[in-house]
Amino acid sequence: MPRILNNKKPISVGRLIIYIVLAIWSVTTIYPFIWVIINSFKSSNEVVRNSFSLPEAFTWENFTNAFSNQNILRSYKNSLIISGSVTIVVMILATMIAFALTRYQFRLKTALLALLSASLMIPVFSTIIPVYKMISQLGWISTYQAVILPQIAGNISFASIVMMGFLRGLPLEMEEAAYMEGAGVTKVFTRIIVPLCRPSLATVAIFCFLWSYNDLFTQKILISRERMFPISNLLEHISSKYGTDYGLMAASVTLIVIPVLIVYIFLQKNIVKGLTAGAIKG
Amino acid sequence: MLYKKKTPLIAFLLPGFAMLLIFLYVPFVDNINNSFYNMKGFIELQKFIGLSNYKEMLQDAKLHTSLINSLKMMGLTVVFQVGIALLLAILVSNIKRGQQFFRTVYFFPIVISATAIGLLFNLFYNYKGGALNQLLQTFGKEPVNWMAATTAFVMIIIPTIWSYVGFYFVIILTGLFDISDEIYEAASIDGCTKAQAVIRITLPLLRGVLCTCITLAVTGALKVFDLPWVIAPQGAPGGITHFMGTYMYQIAFVNLNVDYGAAIAVAIVVLGVIVSLVINKILKPDANL
Repeated sequence: MPRILNNKKPISVGRLIIYIVLAIWSVTTIYPFIWVIINSFKSSNEVVRNSFSLPEAFTWENFTNAFSNQNILRSYKNSLIISGSVTIVVMILATMIAFALTRYQFRLKTALLALLSASLMIPVFSTIIPVYKMISQLGWISTYQAVILPQIAGNISFASIVMMGFLRGLPLEMEEAAYMEGAGVTKVFTRIIVPLCRPSLATVAIFCFLWSYNDLFTQKILISRERMFPISNLLEHISSKYGTDYGLMAASVTLIVIPVLIVYIFLQKNIVKGLTAGAIKG
Repeated sequence: MLYKKKTPLIAFLLPGFAMLLIFLYVPFVDNINNSFYNMKGFIELQKFIGLSNYKEMLQDAKLHTSLINSLKMMGLTVVFQVGIALLLAILVSNIKRGQQFFRTVYFFPIVISATAIGLLFNLFYNYKGGALNQLLQTFGKEPVNWMAATTAFVMIIIPTIWSYVGFYFVIILTGLFDISDEIYEAASIDGCTKAQAVIRITLPLLRGVLCTCITLAVTGALKVFDLPWVIAPQGAPGGITHFMGTYMYQIAFVNLNVDYGAAIAVAIVVLGVIVSLVINKILKPDANL
C-alpha cells in the first residue's frame, strides 16, 4: 500500500504541469477572440488607450456603424447563397461520382480515380487566370455563379474521395435486396445510398461550406462590385477603408466570428472529425 | 447484377467530371499554355515567347524573396505547427479529464476565416494603440513598429502557424488513440519510463500520421494567401513579405502582367509536386521499421 501512495504523488505533479501547459495554449486560442469581442463594445479612443480592460463606457456604436455604413446583412446573404449553393451541388455531384466509382466496374475506372487524386494537387493559383478569363467573357464577373462554379469544381474531388471511402464500407446486400424487389439504379441511389450516406454527407457539407465561406482569394478576384461582396470581401474592404477605426474593426471581426462560433459550438464534434477525416484522405 | 448495365454510369459521372473538366482541368492546361505567350490583358494571346517568362523568373529578385519566404514558411510550419501539435497531443493523451474541451478549443481558430484572423492580428500589431504596443507602454517601453522590415515576416508567420496547430493536433491525437494501451503496459512492466515510451514507442508508431501531417503542412504553406495578404498587403513593406501565392496574385491581378503570373502559378505547382516527392523520399511513410 505505502508504495502505491508514494508513486501517486510525482504523477500528480506531472499532471499539474501537463494541465498548465495545455491551459496556456487554450488561452492563446480563446483569448484573442474574447479580446476582440470586448473591444467591439468600446469607442475607438478607448481601444487605442486601453484594450485590455472591460469597456468603461459600454457602447453599441461600432455595431450600428457597421450595420449602417456597410451592408453587413447583405454580405451575409451573399455568402449564404454562394456557400450554400456550392455545398448542395458538391454533395449531390460527389455522391454520384462516388456511387459510380465504387459500385461499377469499367475500363476507365482506374484512370478516373487517378484523375481525382491528381486534382487535389492543383492549387487554385494555377487555374484562376483562365477561370477569370472565362467568367469575364461570359459577362459573369460579380455574379453568384462566378464564384459558385469554380468553387464547386475546387471541392468535388475532395468530397468524392471522402464519399468513396464511406461507400466502400457499405455492404451491398441492401442494394441487391432492393434490386430483387424490382428497384432500378435510380431508386437504389435515391432511396438507399443517399439516406445511408448521411453521416459522411454532413462531413462533406460542413467542410465545403467553411472552405467556401472563408475563401477570400477566389471571391476577391471574381467579385468586384460591392453589392455582391460576400463576408470575406466585405471584411477586407472595411479594413482597407476604415482600418484606423479600431472599434469598427473589432466590431466587424466580431460580426464574422459570432455566427461561426455559434455553429461551431453546436456542431463541433462533426466539424472536428469531418475536417480532419477529409484531410487525411485528401 | 444490379450494376451490370453500364448506361447509368454516364449519368452519374458526367455532371461532376464536366465541372472538373471545365473549371479545373482545362484552366490548368490553359494556364500552362498562357505562360508561353505574351498576353494583352487576360484574354488576348499576342505572341509565342517560349520560355522567356521562365527565364525572367531566374532574374526576378522579388520572386526569389517570395520563394525563400515560402520555403522558410514550410520549414517553420513543420517545426512549430506539427511540433507544437505533437507536444500538445501527447500531453492531452496522458490526461483523462478535459480531453474533449481541449480538442474543441484548440481546433476553434481553424473554422475562423484567415481574413478575420488577419484583421484581428492587425489590431495587435498596429503602431499607434495596437495591443502589443499598449503592453510595451505599460512596462514603460517605446512602441515598436511591428511591421518594419526586420520583424514583418515573423509577425505574419505567428498567426499562420498558430491558427492551424489545432488541425494537426486533432490528427495526431486520433493517431495516438490508435496505439494500443497494451504496448505501453508491457513496456512499463519492463521498466520503461514515460519519456522513453514517447521516444521508443509513440514516435515510431506515429510515423505514418506524422508524414501525413508534414506533407499537409508543407503543401498548405505553399497555398497561403489570405492571411499574409490581409496583414501585409502587397508584401509590405516593399515586397519583402511576399509568398509565392501573394506574389502571383500581385503580378497577375495588380500589376496585370498576366502571362508572367501564369508562369509563376506553374512554378507553384511544380514546387508543390517536388516538395511532396522529396518528403515522401525522406520520410518513407510506408516503410516498416
